Amino acid sequence: MRLGLMALPAVFFAVFFAWPVAAIVGRGLKADGAWQFGRIGEVLGDPDIGHVLWFTTWQALASTALTLLIALPGAYVFARLEFPGKQLLRAVVTVPFVLPTVVVGTAFLALLGRGGLLDQLWGVRLDTTVWAILLAHVFFNYAVVVRTVGGLWSQLDPRQEEAARVLGASRFAAWRTVTLPALGPAVAAAALMVFLFTFTSFGVVQILGGPTFSTLEVEIYRQTAELLDLPTAAVLTMVQFVAVGAILAVHARTVRRRETALKLVDPAQTARRPRGAGQWMLLASVLAVVALLILLPVGVLIERSLDTPDGYGLGYYRALQAAGDNGSFLVPPIEAIWNSLQYALAATVIALVIGGLAAAALTRRGSGRLIRGFDALLMLPLGVSAVTVGFGFLITLDEPPLDLRTSWILVPLAQALVGTPFVVRIMLPVLRAVDGRLREAAAVLGASPLRAWREVDLPLVRRALLVAAGFAFAVSLGEFGATVFIARPDRPTLPVAVARLLGRAGDLNYGQAMALSTILMVVCAVALLVLERIRTDRSGEF
Amino acid sequence: MLKLDGVTVRFGQRAALDAVDLEVADHETVCVLGPSGSGKSTLLRVVAGLQPLDSGRVLLGGADQSGVPVHKRGLGLMFQDHQLFPQRDVAGNVAFGLRMRGASRGEQASRVGELLDLVGLPGAGRRAVAALSGGEQQRVALARALAPSPRLLMLDEPLGQLDRTLRERLVVELRSLFGRLGTTVLAVTHDQGEAFALADRVVVMRDGRIAQTGTPLEVWQHPASEFVARFLGFENVVPATVSGEVADTAWGKVPVPAGSPQGPVRVLVRPAGVRLVGEREGLPCEVVGRTFRGSHVALRLRPGGGPLLEAECGLEGAPGVGAPVGVAFGVGGVVVLGEE
Repeated sequence: MRLGLMALPAVFFAVFFAWPVAAIVGRGLKADGAWQFGRIGEVLGDPDIGHVLWFTTWQALASTALTLLIALPGAYVFARLEFPGKQLLRAVVTVPFVLPTVVVGTAFLALLGRGGLLDQLWGVRLDTTVWAILLAHVFFNYAVVVRTVGGLWSQLDPRQEEAARVLGASRFAAWRTVTLPALGPAVAAAALMVFLFTFTSFGVVQILGGPTFSTLEVEIYRQTAELLDLPTAAVLTMVQFVAVGAILAVHARTVRRRETALKLVDPAQTARRPRGAGQWMLLASVLAVVALLILLPVGVLIERSLDTPDGYGLGYYRALQAAGDNGSFLVPPIEAIWNSLQYALAATVIALVIGGLAAAALTRRGSGRLIRGFDALLMLPLGVSAVTVGFGFLITLDEPPLDLRTSWILVPLAQALVGTPFVVRIMLPVLRAVDGRLREAAAVLGASPLRAWREVDLPLVRRALLVAAGFAFAVSLGEFGATVFIARPDRPTLPVAVARLLGRAGDLNYGQAMALSTILMVVCAVALLVLERIRTDRSGEF
Repeated sequence: MLKLDGVTVRFGQRAALDAVDLEVADHETVCVLGPSGSGKSTLLRVVAGLQPLDSGRVLLGGADQSGVPVHKRGLGLMFQDHQLFPQRDVAGNVAFGLRMRGASRGEQASRVGELLDLVGLPGAGRRAVAALSGGEQQRVALARALAPSPRLLMLDEPLGQLDRTLRERLVVELRSLFGRLGTTVLAVTHDQGEAFALADRVVVMRDGRIAQTGTPLEVWQHPASEFVARFLGFENVVPATVSGEVADTAWGKVPVPAGSPQGPVRVLVRPAGVRLVGEREGLPCEVVGRTFRGSHVALRLRPGGGPLLEAECGLEGAPGVGAPVGVAFGVGGVVVLGEE
């Protein structure tokens, strides 16, 4: 039964993930029918590559540290304080996470870049410094920390701290000795996720990094698409693969540790109105951070999209309806919206089927090493170079029996790869939480196994299924690294169109990029805000 | 030791504690008894400093505690579900309070050993708290609360989650332990059996106010109001008009003790005060329920008028359901209740 459930996801990952990635690596490292492992040493010995590796690592570390520093107070505020508008604000801070990286890059460009808000006001430009990248990474990952850590924090019984207080611990000592150890694994898990996302960051660095800063993923793209140096790209892909594998292995360990022993309570009962000056200050500073770091870039992005040479108006939006006269587009950019929606919808269906089956297989009891390995494997697409996957698609799925080169399904397949891990992560805890005795009760009352699943499991997991669908949709919509390779020139997706517009000079292109980004943001935000209304369980990871 | 002076706590419009006055003397065990929502847990939180007051004062050893933070009050509190720290083993839990007071490692170790012996878990220091049974967790929580020698020990539903036999045994153990240690104890519970077994003095609470205070015997024998009577499990309460030594009720004439307040009141007849007599004598009733209670049989009787009556009768010759019986009231089982 379990093997049956697992068969389809396994085949899917083998054909659409393992094979393309292996093919790319093979092509890069094989010459004249022989493996050229010497290339590995050559590439890694190159000082330029060394520089990229160093930058990739330290910017990821710095981004992670900065994100934790800024987001942990936020996690506390969202977990333990009750204030009006909290639900809405929680949804707002989550919006950046589902925003396409291209939009995040564009928004920060509009804030910190040439001609950006800070440039206009004070002549300050940060797009030539690493700060633009770090801040964009914090913007993007704020919600990861708030959700992962805050989600657990809100379910920790406040009486644990009270017990410590009555035993003589000061407020801080109680937090340090009781709450921090309980949160530790969640903080570690969040930090690792942030590290993973920033280590493999592509769109943000591509837009904000300029020629100076390049991460591994950007370098893979450059070597593949611009320099056509496949061997170097192959080596870098493998390096990233090993690094991501290591991060995921550590993550899996911390997640398992988190599942131990803590007694959780209903989060609705742990939050209370702020009391005392300290809590009010904390609330105020968190709100200020959210305003400056999250609302401001978004606001500036919208403002720029309306700021035409003839004053504020919808000029850029109207321009999107015309095919570019400078040859950058074969079709009006506005068509990218329909392309994106269709692709993302198809990708969501695929991700739900594959991810749902995988989660169902992983739920069955008595899971051993094999299952846990499979669990970690499902996370790999989150970290393995999307560029490699995209390019791998092009060179493997172009001949019978699987000639998909001209098929529209190619794009959704690549996007579903990124969406599936989210589906699994969201579905798994919910499926695991369904009490087997409910099913037994249904069976005793005369329900067949299928009927019991439909009557008992489905109603309980329906919400999670919707939430998973929403995340898969938003992530597919924003997927850039792979799509940029495989989307046909006459059918660009929104992020691809934005990147193309940004790549051209001129106010009109810039303004159109802002307008298209705004549209993309609104679609993602609406999808998420709808989800926030449905979502009740906050114990998941995202 | 402890004195509450007009303590009031409001949650929105509702007063969880409404001008509560309470005193606990040194070495005394006081049990606050009340249904859920009566404010008894809030009372403990106020004393511990976990819940700010809206008005009133809390004094410990004569000193006003306003402005004294929780960790400086030197109290012990055993939480309802124990709240043992899952990341620490048994010894780590018991030593926590000592560590916070800066005790040396040696002191901690010897005190932990001493307390684990005291609560009957010698050598359990290295065990994980998740691996303990309910009763063992309760003992560890007690050891943890007692370790720093608090001047007042507070227990919140100390035995609430344990099964009946264990609970009855532990109540006896606790009572003798507190007697031996001379601990001052303030406990809250909704279980009258627990309260009566544990306490020197019982305080019954209702809706944030104190409904009655007294020794277990006083409260049991003379419930102050219909609420207290019903909370203690007595069902036979009717409106009555007293004149002289007779109360006029829906059940007919009921004798009341001499010196009872006159006029319209409520009257409680204990089940033991309901005597079964011949079918044609006394108040005619029909038996509608019959429950075997070990030492006696509890009967539910439907009289011609008025509410159902609870009665007790011996195992021998208890009438069956549907049987007609007659009922007479003994003055020894009748209590005239005060105003609500």
